[in-house]
Amino acid sequence: MRWNAKAAARAEAMRPKHRRLSLILSALLALGAAVAVSLTALRDNLVFFFGPTEVLAKPPAAEKRFRLGGLVEEGSVQRQGAEIRFRVTDTVNAIPVVYRGILPDLFREKQGVVAEGHLREGVFVAASVLAKHDETYMPREVADALKKAGHWKEGGGS
Amino acid sequence: MIAELGHFALILALGVALAQASLPLWGAARGDRGLMAFAGSAALTQFLLVALAYGALTQAFLGSDFSVINVATNSHSQKPLLYKITGVWGNHEGSLLLWALILALFGAGVAAFGANLPPSLKARVLAVQAMIALGFLAFILFTSNPFQRIDPPPADGNGLNPLLQDPGLAFHPPFLYLGYVGFSIAFAFAIAALIEGRVDPAWARWVRPWTLAAWSFLTVGIALGSWWAYYELGWGGYWFWDPVENASLMPWLAGTALLHSATVVEKREALKAWTVLLAILTFSLSLLGTFLVRSGVLTSVHAFATDPARGLFILAFLAVTVGGSLALFAARAEALVARSWFAALSREGALVLNNLLLGAMAATVLLGTLYPLFLDALTGDKVSVGPPFFHAALAPSFLPLAIALGFGPLLAWKRGDLPAVTRRLGVALGVALAVALITLALADRHAALGAIGLGLVAWALTTPLVELAERLRLFRAPLAESWARLRILPRAAWGMSLAHFGVGLMAMGVVASEAWQTERIQALRPGDAVAVGPYKFDFKGARELDGPNYLALRGHFEVTRDGRPVAVMEPETRRYPVPPMTTTEAAIRPRLTEDLYAVVGEPDGEGGFATRLYHKPLVSWIWLGALVMATGGALSLSDRRHRVGAPVRARRAAQAATGD
Repeated sequence: MRWNAKAAARAEAMRPKHRRLSLILSALLALGAAVAVSLTALRDNLVFFFGPTEVLAKPPAAEKRFRLGGLVEEGSVQRQGAEIRFRVTDTVNAIPVVYRGILPDLFREKQGVVAEGHLREGVFVAASVLAKHDETYMPREVADALKKAGHWKEGGGS
Repeated sequence: MIAELGHFALILALGVALAQASLPLWGAARGDRGLMAFAGSAALTQFLLVALAYGALTQAFLGSDFSVINVATNSHSQKPLLYKITGVWGNHEGSLLLWALILALFGAGVAAFGANLPPSLKARVLAVQAMIALGFLAFILFTSNPFQRIDPPPADGNGLNPLLQDPGLAFHPPFLYLGYVGFSIAFAFAIAALIEGRVDPAWARWVRPWTLAAWSFLTVGIALGSWWAYYELGWGGYWFWDPVENASLMPWLAGTALLHSATVVEKREALKAWTVLLAILTFSLSLLGTFLVRSGVLTSVHAFATDPARGLFILAFLAVTVGGSLALFAARAEALVARSWFAALSREGALVLNNLLLGAMAATVLLGTLYPLFLDALTGDKVSVGPPFFHAALAPSFLPLAIALGFGPLLAWKRGDLPAVTRRLGVALGVALAVALITLALADRHAALGAIGLGLVAWALTTPLVELAERLRLFRAPLAESWARLRILPRAAWGMSLAHFGVGLMAMGVVASEAWQTERIQALRPGDAVAVGPYKFDFKGARELDGPNYLALRGHFEVTRDGRPVAVMEPETRRYPVPPMTTTEAAIRPRLTEDLYAVVGEPDGEGGFATRLYHKPLVSWIWLGALVMATGGALSLSDRRHRVGAPVRARRAAQAATGD
């Protein structure tokens, strides 16, 4: 109990400026701590996005999670039980993908797709395939990946 | 004709807003009562004009006037009436018009009910409101005109997106906007206070109810969006840390902080500059939310509108608003001097801690949301920041926040006595520890996580009860006295306890559904069975059906528990020919204690169907908790101390009763 009374007495003695300063300092401290925690968490949890050509040029380490984006190659979708195999292409290169689960409603051949997962022996093992709500909507990264591969015309892609 | 009328009304509204943004400020500076009073009538006129424009657009939707581009792209003659009405705000242009309408409505509210405000403050508040209106009206008129015509008009509209024809989604934007725009009032009051150089309890008594109302609406809006994602997207998830979701979460976090710090200004005349800063930041985050959603700068599952020109406008608007108000804050904050001091260990101290933690959480969400954007701009690297980041980065703030939520309300203003409070919270502490230990002993998986989570939940659920019991002196005073205290307990006190209780309910839903849900993804052939949690799902097959405007594949599951039939679940996958799209209609059996969730997908070509089955304990508590929180806000709002024009005497009496 004594420390409490002491703290109160100390606070009473503090002038408003000092109290405001300590308030600001504690705010900055909290913000700093939050940023530090965030940056640490960010370093561990960043998921990079690559197109097929980029993946073939410098393959990410096995078990390293990343996002693969492009178009679903025409005629590549095969279903075996709950397992689905398809190829993601940027019209120059293509990467085979395997996915267990239900595909999003807008998954279709020749449409943009983004899958998250990792590479295993040249095959992309997708943990999730992302849903897009709008049938005319092209994920921005996919559009950029297609542009990089040089086969994307603005407005005529989907 | 009606569309042109609406367009014209909107242009007039812009003119009125221009006058309302300038003349009253000048009047307030010169002490000219006539010019100051002009603000009120201008605000009412502006509201009538924007309402006229909104009515005109609604009429165009109801009458299926496809010569208006907006109606042609977003409506259809066959659309049900409800979705024609909600379709008005279900698109970019219309939703901005709704923004402007709510803004004008709130401005008119201040004008109509602000008789007890000092005239100069009222004039300045309305002028700041008009500046915001100016930005939005100009944005609508110059980049997103909803009344634009098309010639020749198409035979029928284009807007039958079945995914969007849903009550949860239809009423999600208005609630969200009521929240976003409600914070604009707090912002306007903050800027007006900076211009006046004065913040007093009367100021806070105005700011707090508006913030409370905005916060309650935003809470409901976010919960509706999350609920929609849960039952409509067919993924069983309720929060994806999607940029658009984060965009609404940031103002909510900042607004929650504002709600708490405004209390300190009202009751103790401290934290003034901080509260003003929070009001600015909260509304800035609301604008940023609009910017993120409307410009489509971020890849998002919700991005319907993508137009860089519009993005540039909002970005400039955002820069002027945020930059200008922060500059004003830097210049004038010195004038806002606190009238009281407080020890670190006090109610005020606990509220500061609440503010710091909520602020840190808002900053974290902001960082996670914008980081991919910055990295792309700086290095060209494309990254995404997903749920693992947000979970890891937010937990260190949320845990102490949940603990403080229990202590704070019991601490005395000015100087608290922690040992005494801890003693009084002994019951809650005991319950929390017992729940944690029982969880640790009984849980078959995620025991540690569940124990910490449920322990905190038990703490968050029991401390509001202990706090209420303390206020009533339950079991320590004669029952008659407790009863007498119960009857005069202000609604604001009930509201706070209820809102805190809601936090506990929501946390319970999150912890239980995350730690103990069962997910089964597999291909099933007719006759197959799967165990999902304590239930057995018998798959009886799937058949094709004709819907009114779609073709459905309907799965048939018979669910049993220990051999006893529990439910028949029939999820569907629907294919719409016009516009060509597929939707998932999950079959959900919601119960207070658990949800069963079934999805059927496409055939695998070997006689089986892709299926996804979930058992989710207590998941509905998440939305229940949000509802309880919003109800707490509404209850507190109905407190007579908050009522506009409440007699000062009643206010004093009520304050005396709560002991503050």
